Amino acid sequence: MYDYNKALSSRAVSLQPSGIRKFFDILDTMKDVVSLTVGQPDFVTPWHIRDAGIRSLEEGRTYYTSNAGLAEFREEIAAYASRRFGLEYDPKCEIIVTVGGSEAIDLAVRALVDDGDEVIIPQPSFVCYAPLVSMSGGVPVIVELKKENGFRLTAEQLSAAITPRTKALVLPFPNNPTGSVMDRDSLEAVAAVLRGTNIAVISDEIYAELTYGTKHVSIASVDGMRERTVVVNGFSKAYAMTGWRLGYTLAPREISAQMHKIHQYGIMCAPTISQYAAIEALKNGDDDIEYMRGEYDGRRRLTVDGLNRAGLKCSLPQGAFYVFADITCCGMGSDEFCEKLLKEAGVAIVPGTAFGSCGEGYARISYAYSAAHIKEALRRISAFTAEHKK
Amino acid sequence: MKRKLLSYLEKDPFLTADELAIMLDESPESVKAALEEFRDEGVILGSKTLINWDKTDKESVSALIELKTIPQRDRGFDAIAERICNFDEVKSVFLMSGAYDLAVTVECRTMRDVANFVAEHLATIDGVTSTATHFIMQKYKDWGISFDRKPLDLRGNSW
Repeated sequence: MYDYNKALSSRAVSLQPSGIRKFFDILDTMKDVVSLTVGQPDFVTPWHIRDAGIRSLEEGRTYYTSNAGLAEFREEIAAYASRRFGLEYDPKCEIIVTVGGSEAIDLAVRALVDDGDEVIIPQPSFVCYAPLVSMSGGVPVIVELKKENGFRLTAEQLSAAITPRTKALVLPFPNNPTGSVMDRDSLEAVAAVLRGTNIAVISDEIYAELTYGTKHVSIASVDGMRERTVVVNGFSKAYAMTGWRLGYTLAPREISAQMHKIHQYGIMCAPTISQYAAIEALKNGDDDIEYMRGEYDGRRRLTVDGLNRAGLKCSLPQGAFYVFADITCCGMGSDEFCEKLLKEAGVAIVPGTAFGSCGEGYARISYAYSAAHIKEALRRISAFTAEHKK
Repeated sequence: MKRKLLSYLEKDPFLTADELAIMLDESPESVKAALEEFRDEGVILGSKTLINWDKTDKESVSALIELKTIPQRDRGFDAIAERICNFDEVKSVFLMSGAYDLAVTVECRTMRDVANFVAEHLATIDGVTSTATHFIMQKYKDWGISFDRKPLDLRGNSW
């Protein structure tokens, strides 16, 4: 008998599978479920962007690109980062095109983290940071974001988490699942803590284009931060391009050079078709972003209003397309609440615990759905809480 | 807010004034007032349901008719256009640039009905000098809505 216990990497084996899987498995077997679970836009990629991808195929552009991505594409990314966020990066050696934001995060972690290095990860947040740190031999140090701070990372919390072994800080804002954003003042406070240290920042800004009422600020634009920051961004959320798997890093040449090697050996290059499509997105996609942001904005208010009426307390999120609602009104924990809501009311939402244990008492509700869909879900949720409220 | 209101409503006519007020972060009163103003000024004209009659057992034929006309002194094309608008069979009337003047879409039960309508009601209007009737074979998209659109949510459950 072949012994898999001896065969498999202990690092891989010790990774926890995503806790939400069990929940999605139940969901898949049910009919007539109104789901508010997905973490991707409900818009199809705008046609002119899809068309550019198709054209690249017709023209036979089916080869690898250079490892870091098409030169023309990197130049467009540099122009975009400058135009939208005031960030200046050299397309020749400071930008790497990746397979989605996820690869970009993985590259940053692997380029920065050695065995035993600590990486500070605020939670609730996207699920990939801690597992990727563990795979690099690093030690995830979780900082629990507080509702009373608007789920923003404070200077005090950061200071308290820093040890001599701290190597990097993950900064996931605008935040999935809480929808919180870090404004310039909050970033300045964090920067003040980091300035005297050698701690790097992995700033996951994949939702940068989806902020409401305020303009996204990147920590890389704060004094003394650019030199230590890897900005992670991509096309999935801003241009509704999740399936194209396209992201990028912006980082000083010293860090980029290391990430470039890892990317070169592990990935080669991001899909060529996707890169051509994304050039079109950057050149002519500003109106698409504007339109989608406007749609999300209205649904965001509709969702928050309906949830509060149903007794699921939540405040207006400032970014991304999620509401993080307090579900304690029925005297159930997150997992129980979500499972009951699914089985009894036919509405699927994601338990807050999927985003870290401090998400207990909350659930993530996505509003990347049509207003009619959201209204039906809210009607069902409201009937459910009316029945179970304690 | 007014521009956004129109944009939301264009996409979803079932949104109530109260819902629109929430979505726009405005008071219901101000939204109601704006809606009333839009209706009074003819900015909001109405809403209808787009139905693909080909999928029902109702017989229906559509045609696009090009009309050449002699514009009238003072009123230009308006008088003729307004007259044509009065017919229930007429679904749209546009003034065009180019080889003809008015593009009229007509919906009747049969092709013969369309032919009769054109011969009896359009061609006979004073100032109409010629008509050219094109029957619509198949509709692929109308009112910005694709006829073959699949309402499925194809998004995978990853995040």
